[in-house]
Amino acid sequence: MTLSPGFRGRHRSQAAGLPPGQYLTTDFPVLSAGPTPRISRERWEFTIRTEHQVEHRWSWSQLQQLPVQTPTVDLHCVTKWSKLATSWRGVSLDDLFAGVDTAAEFAMVHSFGGYTTNLPVADLLDGKAWIVHTYEGADLHPEHGGPARLLVPHLYLWKSAKWVRGIELMVQNRPGFWEGVGYHDYGDPWREQRYQGD
Amino acid sequence: MALDGNTLAGPLSELFAVDVTAAVSRCAGCGQQDAVADLLVYGPDPGWVARCPGCDSVVLRIVRGPSAVWLDLHGSAALRIPL
Amino acid sequence: MAGTAISGRLTGRLVWQRATLLAVTEETAGARSLAFEVPGWPGHLGGQHVDLRLTADDGYTAQRSYSMSAPAGGDLVTITVQRVDDGEVSPYLVDQLRIGDAVELRGPVGGWFVWRPTDPAPVLLVGGGSGVVPLMAMIRARRAAGSRVPFRLIYSVRTPADVLFARELRQPPIADGGLDTAWVYTREAPAGAAGLPHRITLSDLTAHGWPADLEPMCFVCGPTGFVEAVATALVDLGHPADRVKTERFGPSGS
Ligand SMILES: Cc1cc2nc3c(=O)[nH]c(=O)nc-3n(C[C@H](O)[C@H](O)[C@H](O)COP(=O)(O)OP(=O)(O)OC[C@H]3O[C@@H](n4cnc5c(N)ncnc54)[C@H](O)[C@@H]3O)c2cc1C
Ligand SMILES: [Zn+2]
Repeated sequence: MTLSPGFRGRHRSQAAGLPPGQYLTTDFPVLSAGPTPRISRERWEFTIRTEHQVEHRWSWSQLQQLPVQTPTVDLHCVTKWSKLATSWRGVSLDDLFAGVDTAAEFAMVHSFGGYTTNLPVADLLDGKAWIVHTYEGADLHPEHGGPARLLVPHLYLWKSAKWVRGIELMVQNRPGFWEGVGYHDYGDPWREQRYQGD
Repeated sequence: MALDGNTLAGPLSELFAVDVTAAVSRCAGCGQQDAVADLLVYGPDPGWVARCPGCDSVVLRIVRGPSAVWLDLHGSAALRIPL
Repeated sequence: MAGTAISGRLTGRLVWQRATLLAVTEETAGARSLAFEVPGWPGHLGGQHVDLRLTADDGYTAQRSYSMSAPAGGDLVTITVQRVDDGEVSPYLVDQLRIGDAVELRGPVGGWFVWRPTDPAPVLLVGGGSGVVPLMAMIRARRAAGSRVPFRLIYSVRTPADVLFARELRQPPIADGGLDTAWVYTREAPAGAAGLPHRITLSDLTAHGWPADLEPMCFVCGPTGFVEAVATALVDLGHPADRVKTERFGPSGS
């Protein structure tokens, strides 16, 4: 290995209590896989489609009528940064799934701009996931997924799809955008499930 | 804002003995033909994503893990590699 | 001779190679040229680049691309780096790396954005900020090859103090006959310069470029926004898209 004397790189600190291999960061890095979609709240809508092709739809104002939750959570990105105690406002997926009749085990999350990510339905329920639209008291910026993104903080952050527009319920699992090119199907930061086979 | 396919020359040189950035790819989405060097590129993290300048479809993806590289070309209907 | 028999790279997958810093040239207050010794370097074409990797003592690595600014001299590979103030890699290369220190390089790479001395078409080079670096390699390759192909360079830069390769471009050696350089200042023009500071316009490109009917090869390089604006303008002026080669260095303006 060739060391470059005095090179430190981006400031990073190894804090106790982080998942394995993660560094602490205080800024909020933006990773992008494409142009940032600009979606107005008027155009925004969210759909859950069941394995029987039954669709449940919410407009922006219908979403606002659901109970508000304010999770404060730690974020873990597969690119090794973690950010602690971020605060959000949004709607619990439990409330969105309340009237949805499904026996599907898997979900494909779809975003404006074409991004997708897959995860088990169970990881969306029981207070583990939200559709959030407010970050640290302000409207969620488009760079970070506004008007609304999924938040599933117990999995690596690529599962928390930005610009979320719907969830497709699936009887059989299928890989999403990153899962199809090597990233882990589940992505548990505490078990360091970054890549397939981890 | 994006980079372009020139920046993939290094990552692709790890995989191929020829320079793939000079190859011409046909977008599976809209049929437009572009040199790989002219694709719009996002990355490097979590992976490289190259998109068609005509329609923004994903043409090529590269993910570099610790022990393997994943290369996805299914957004490219054909790749013409000059010899 | 340096700069001839240039293959770029012929065959073989590339690996990282250790490169030792041999010499430094201060170009401006914010940029310097770094000459590395890389044993077995195969030579390169003007416009090609390397990937450069730094490793911290805890194993953390960072990787960026840098264009060669000159033809190779045997095993000597020269890049020119402009400091991006809050950057991770460029401040280290401009302010900290010392003679004898090592980095890792992978290259030469990039066979698209290159000028070949065998191509007889007139050349228009349009560079923004550090985007002039690979264009300078083309100018120096032309000189090394004794080529008479007419070259025009339009160089967009913030202020006179930010001009890279200033002496060589302002007082070109005789072997650079047939190279014409025009400057566009975006923040502060030198005293006595014609025109106010401005971003490059269609009329800069008509005044200092080639008419499209001469079928020049155009090379445009710099920050992403700059490259897109210039490439669009050149196509609007009638240059076929496949005669306008571009290389985007990333975000931010010059
Ligand atoms: C093919 C290719 C060739 C290149 N050749 C050269 C070269 O010859 N000389 C050279 O100096 N650079 C060159 N670059 C740019 C270089 O690779 C780095 O992007 C640049 O040095 C900044 O890296 P950094 O780690 O210092 O900044 P980073 O830590 O990556 O970025 C820090 C901040 O600067 C912004 N930023 C990122 N890139 C740039 C940029 N290019 N200009 C201004 N702001 C930026 C970011 O948005 C961020 O806010 C080239 C890039 C490519 C893709
Ligand atoms: Zn297309």
